[in-house]
Amino acid sequence: MTNEMTYREAVRAAIAEAMTKDDRVFLMGEDVGRYGGCYAVSKGLLEQFGPERIIDTPLSESGFTGAGIGAALGGMRPIVELMTVNFSLLALDQILNGAATLRHMSGEQFNVPLVIRMATGAGRQLAAQHSHSLEGWYAHIPGIRVLAPATLEDARGMLWTALQDPDPVLIFENVMLYNRAGKIAEDAGAVDITRAAIRREGSHLSLITYGGSLWKTLGAADELSREGVEAEVIDLRSLRPLDEETFLASVRKTRRAVIVDEGWKSVSLAAEISSRIMENAFWDLDAPVERVCSAEVPIPYPKHLEDAAIPQVPAIVAAARATLGAAP
Amino acid sequence: MTEAQSNGKLVLSREHVLNLLREMIRIRRFEEKCAELYTLEKIRGFLHLYIGEEAIAVGVMEALSPEDAVVATYREHGHALARGISMAAVMAEMYGKQEGCSRGRGGSMHIFDAATRFYGGNAIVGGGLPLAVGLGLADKMQGHSRVTTCFFGEGAVAEGEFHESMNLAALWNLPVLFACENNYYAMGTALQYSESETDLKRKAEAYGMTAHSVDGMNVVDVERAAREAMAHIRAGNGPVFIEFRTYRFRAHSMFDAQLYREKSEVEEHKAHGPIKEFRSWALETGFVHQADIEEIENEVAAEVDAAVAFAEAGTWEPLSDLTRGVGAEAT
Repeated sequence: MTNEMTYREAVRAAIAEAMTKDDRVFLMGEDVGRYGGCYAVSKGLLEQFGPERIIDTPLSESGFTGAGIGAALGGMRPIVELMTVNFSLLALDQILNGAATLRHMSGEQFNVPLVIRMATGAGRQLAAQHSHSLEGWYAHIPGIRVLAPATLEDARGMLWTALQDPDPVLIFENVMLYNRAGKIAEDAGAVDITRAAIRREGSHLSLITYGGSLWKTLGAADELSREGVEAEVIDLRSLRPLDEETFLASVRKTRRAVIVDEGWKSVSLAAEISSRIMENAFWDLDAPVERVCSAEVPIPYPKHLEDAAIPQVPAIVAAARATLGAAP
Repeated sequence: MTEAQSNGKLVLSREHVLNLLREMIRIRRFEEKCAELYTLEKIRGFLHLYIGEEAIAVGVMEALSPEDAVVATYREHGHALARGISMAAVMAEMYGKQEGCSRGRGGSMHIFDAATRFYGGNAIVGGGLPLAVGLGLADKMQGHSRVTTCFFGEGAVAEGEFHESMNLAALWNLPVLFACENNYYAMGTALQYSESETDLKRKAEAYGMTAHSVDGMNVVDVERAAREAMAHIRAGNGPVFIEFRTYRFRAHSMFDAQLYREKSEVEEHKAHGPIKEFRSWALETGFVHQADIEEIENEVAAEVDAAVAFAEAGTWEPLSDLTRGVGAEAT
């Protein structure tokens, strides 16, 4: 049996399930209660669980993220929602200097079982302070796990598994996915958060991506298929740690790789993956690795410029053709 | 000081007076030894000494129960010792040995201890305050009656995290004691050069929080204020802010040439140091005798020697463990 639901509803169902199953779980963030969440993810949860567990916070990202860390140290299992990745920069001190380091700094006496969710990515014409993809920055930091659910199943299932982790987990929800609807098994539940997934099998090249870019990459693979090129599409799912084994095995098989990453190209997650391919699969490659990333510009407001700034299907197809030695 | 015997809820016994004196002397002698070991390069990195401010940690800790939590700063050796972490484990941490209380990974600025609920050792000024708010939130949500005490300097008052934390703690009526150690210098910047309002308790009052200002050089005043605050907090009346006015006798850290203050100013404060004053008072009032003080000094000297020997005998963590302790699983 399957249910029809949106990505937003899948995240909401995951939160509701976690709160029902574990009294220690609570949700805290800006406008998560009375407003229903900036992206309406937590709509209705206040009525269901009450203000003690669905906590509207003041606009104090560092304060309430730090409070989430403290509450986790104190025996709770907080879910902190940061409205967007850009706002998370106001909490970066707590995330990096606190959550990510406490286990190490304390000689493993303390750990921080905290989940932080936030919206990321461009596409809604929200301009240069609401649209960036900084998950690659967070993936730089030892001591935190970074997840990017791209599918309904992952939106529904990653949260519970993340809450079982004794250490901090950041979940990045691409804003363009919230309205995405589809069928999902009625009994959908917790999923693994350690492995990348092969979303489409193919033998001619590997397209490696995550989050909001997954669907564009699958679109590009369909277009390539019409030309007789069968692309394998890897959804990284976990950005830290990276499931190197899965994408390297794919690259060794197809001998060609294109990385699609909504972060800026310079010093990006795509750069990291490319490096790992060079280090581990260089002799298996038949062509240089290609990258499709965001243009080196803050995300512009006008639709045509915003679209041009981030990875799109034609650019992915062109990069794929380039690795195959075809004219772009 | 003598009024302390009858004023307030604090009744002093000989044992109690001896204990307060002993705890302050333990910190003082430990810190003096650390300074010496720093010049010998046994202790490296930044070293921030608590000399001059001992009365605050000692007085406040007297008011805490074992189940309470403590969040401290990078100038936290004194808090760690007063809270009951063994001097040997703290000294081994100074050395970076794996027998240290944070397995050597933290050093002087990052003392942690699960057994006494000592949550650092936080070296980002203001960074510990949200943590304390969260510990208080967890206690409130779980129905515990315990209290989190958060120590921070007056420098932290300029940080956004201070204001966010004051607001959150007051807004949510959390069981947190905010213990502001005002030693009047944030590194080398005097209070009047960094704050438009130098009456710090007014900042907490602006958030609707109960706030007091106390002589942090007087251990009895400190303890009494802390006990009253803990009673207020445990009764469910919400957080309390106390400004403890104090003075740092030594440099900010071992790299500080102290160009920002006059030597005479330091000497003036030293003449009224917390140990000196309390010792004189205790002798004058007959609570303690010279022989008691000698005994304390001898015991403490032996404890410091033993701590140094423990640290010296400690071992270095093997290089093969380098990436240990990042996460339960490698991330």
